[in-house]
Amino acid sequence: MIGELFEHFSYLVTVFLMVTGLYIVIARGNLIKKLVGLSIFQTSVYLLYIAPGKLLGGTAPILAPQYGIYSNPLPHVLILTAIVVGVATLALGLALAVRIREAYGTIEEDEITALDNARQDMERDPDR
Amino acid sequence: MSLSAHLPALQVVLPLLSAPLAVLLRHGGLAFAIVTAGAWAAFAAAIGLWLQVGEVGTISYHIGSWAPPWGIEYRVDRLASFILLLVSGTAAIVLPYSRASIEREIPRDLHYLYYAMFGLCLAGLLGITITGDAFNVFVFLEISSLSTYVLIALGRDRRALAASYRYLIMGTIGATFFVIGIGFLYLMTGTLNIVDLGERLRAVQDSRPVLVALAFITVGVSLKLALFPLHQWLPNAYTYAPSAVTAFLAATATKVSIYVLIRFWFSVFGETLIFHKLPLPQLMLGLSLAAMFAASFIAIFQDNLKRMFAYSSVGQIGYITLGLSFDSVHGLTASIVHLFNHGMAKAAIFLLIGGMVVGLAGRGAVSPVLTFDKLAGLAKRMPLTCFGIVLAGLSLIGVPGTAGFVSKWYLIVAALEQGQFWIVGAILLSSLLAVAYVWRFVEVAYFHAAPEGSGKQEAPLGLLIPAWLMVIATTWFGLDTSFTVGSALEAAQQLVRVGK
Amino acid sequence: MENNLVLRVVGKLLIPFILLFAVYVQFHGDFGPGGGFQAGVIFAAGIVFYAIIFGLDQARRIVPDRLVETMLALGVLIYAGVGVAGLFLGGNFLDYFVLDRNPVHGQHRGIFWVEVGVAITVCGVMLKIFYMFASRGQREEDA
Repeated sequence: MIGELFEHFSYLVTVFLMVTGLYIVIARGNLIKKLVGLSIFQTSVYLLYIAPGKLLGGTAPILAPQYGIYSNPLPHVLILTAIVVGVATLALGLALAVRIREAYGTIEEDEITALDNARQDMERDPDR
Repeated sequence: MSLSAHLPALQVVLPLLSAPLAVLLRHGGLAFAIVTAGAWAAFAAAIGLWLQVGEVGTISYHIGSWAPPWGIEYRVDRLASFILLLVSGTAAIVLPYSRASIEREIPRDLHYLYYAMFGLCLAGLLGITITGDAFNVFVFLEISSLSTYVLIALGRDRRALAASYRYLIMGTIGATFFVIGIGFLYLMTGTLNIVDLGERLRAVQDSRPVLVALAFITVGVSLKLALFPLHQWLPNAYTYAPSAVTAFLAATATKVSIYVLIRFWFSVFGETLIFHKLPLPQLMLGLSLAAMFAASFIAIFQDNLKRMFAYSSVGQIGYITLGLSFDSVHGLTASIVHLFNHGMAKAAIFLLIGGMVVGLAGRGAVSPVLTFDKLAGLAKRMPLTCFGIVLAGLSLIGVPGTAGFVSKWYLIVAALEQGQFWIVGAILLSSLLAVAYVWRFVEVAYFHAAPEGSGKQEAPLGLLIPAWLMVIATTWFGLDTSFTVGSALEAAQQLVRVGK
Repeated sequence: MENNLVLRVVGKLLIPFILLFAVYVQFHGDFGPGGGFQAGVIFAAGIVFYAIIFGLDQARRIVPDRLVETMLALGVLIYAGVGVAGLFLGGNFLDYFVLDRNPVHGQHRGIFWVEVGVAITVCGVMLKIFYMFASRGQREEDA
């Protein structure tokens, strides 16, 4: 049982991070905290790809006669792209949070929703 | 170098190149010229590809001359070429429209960024459609999504910011789910090429990681395509984005996501897994019906015209996914045709609404939020705009002679084929809901008295002409179905044959 | 922070080496770990470091906004330009084999220019992000 746990150690970490991140995104109302959760969630995917690419005893993927087994480089390349995407998403999300703070004066989601609803009621019935 | 051999690469590269050039030039007019040229070139390339596929069948283009499955392959079959036409064609019409439209909606010094983002978004959507590499789909998906978030945030209402943020969170979760699914597939097969994946998955079809991958990919893409319970981001994003952006997104973004779903279901996982071993068709049927009824019902009670048609989009997506749940060539054909027809009709409506905003605002005034009380008697002031919306609205309902009728007809045929008569009833009933919300517009615009002292205020020609081009296309494809149904049928047959 | 002597001296000593290290990572990417992404970020980090010590306005004078924006477009254009060059020389898009008479040299040349493009864009993007966020707070304080 314990041995099995350690065999799948990387997957356990991955799943833990994945669920933690997703939970933060859903459960927190603060826009910045949501982005933190989103980043953790995305990071778990990096692990999901990279961990299986490593071979025990494998070297860097260099073609040389004395090395037979090497780690799979493709996941690293893919995840490099995913990291860039993640950084871009985070930067854009933070930029939006800054703009929202300037426009609404708050970064709490429920307060923003309340402000929006008030505005919508006004549009529907301007006399009130 | 012969141009026709490199069309698949040029299809994506030309709009992709136009975006950095627009940033480099830093001038609204020049950026407009270059991105529009890029979009038109992409449209020309799409037409060329469509013809080529007719002549030689599926085209495979090896990026960097690395042979698949090692290198990235651009693969154009009938379905891809059809979607490419829809996306690039819409962009080619919306871009000239945006010149006059964003004048009032976006500060002038940001115009060049708008065009750059538009070019990127177009390149991303075309890339998703054309690429034959699963991870590449994710990269292009994020390129198009990130530029979409920016485009939505350019709306002048502050609620555009909140809508964009919400879409960013939901969209990123969707894309991350998608990439988790791809990760599992890669672990199981060691390949990322879509064709290769399809072949290798057959050996491991029943293993649990493949099922997990299927679940993640389906849920992730469903978030992006706004399948009914996952549509929460859509209404606000459509309502508060600049008009031209709404029109472009409504016609292309969700449609391309549906394309991704079709591609993965049929070309990667295969029909047997999806339709015979798992209860996915039943699930899809339930969600589609829920979308058709619930979203259309919500649409009836909206006060904001744009939001009403946004909810209508969620409902119409239900029809498209309904066709997917049938597991038949006719069902798939209906989906693909409706995807095309609905894209055109919604683009027409949102383009016309954009003209309405400009016309109502008059010169220099702040553009109004289009609530229904502002539309009273509008048909007298803007006869062409209102008539166009009515025509496109008839297509949403599915009145014979419009494009919407054709796709609903095929849906009904597919339902009858399966012997499920109650679905036919459901389709007709939900169309009545569409009648209700289109009628709401007609009633206010045509039968309510206009406020005193309002003369004729037709939208500017620069906005009317592109919008009417879309309206005419909607009507045209309702009368002459050889292009749409012919392509869709061929695409469906190809998919089902390969998926077997 | 502008008046902190230790920081100013250490900064002046370190920044040239940070920038040099970025160039090393860029060109050493052919043989070992490195490449455009890392080099671009390290280069941008050097300038961000400078901005933190000597103030944003000073950094903006040395690396103006206009240049940053040009960089982010230029890098993408270089990357795509390599691809289009492959087209014109008779290969497919992004075909490195045709860039030189010797295909192996062609590969080398293609990767080199692509990495240059990546480095320029990444550096531009990092600086743009930094400038955008850093200038926001200031404006609010002034107001």
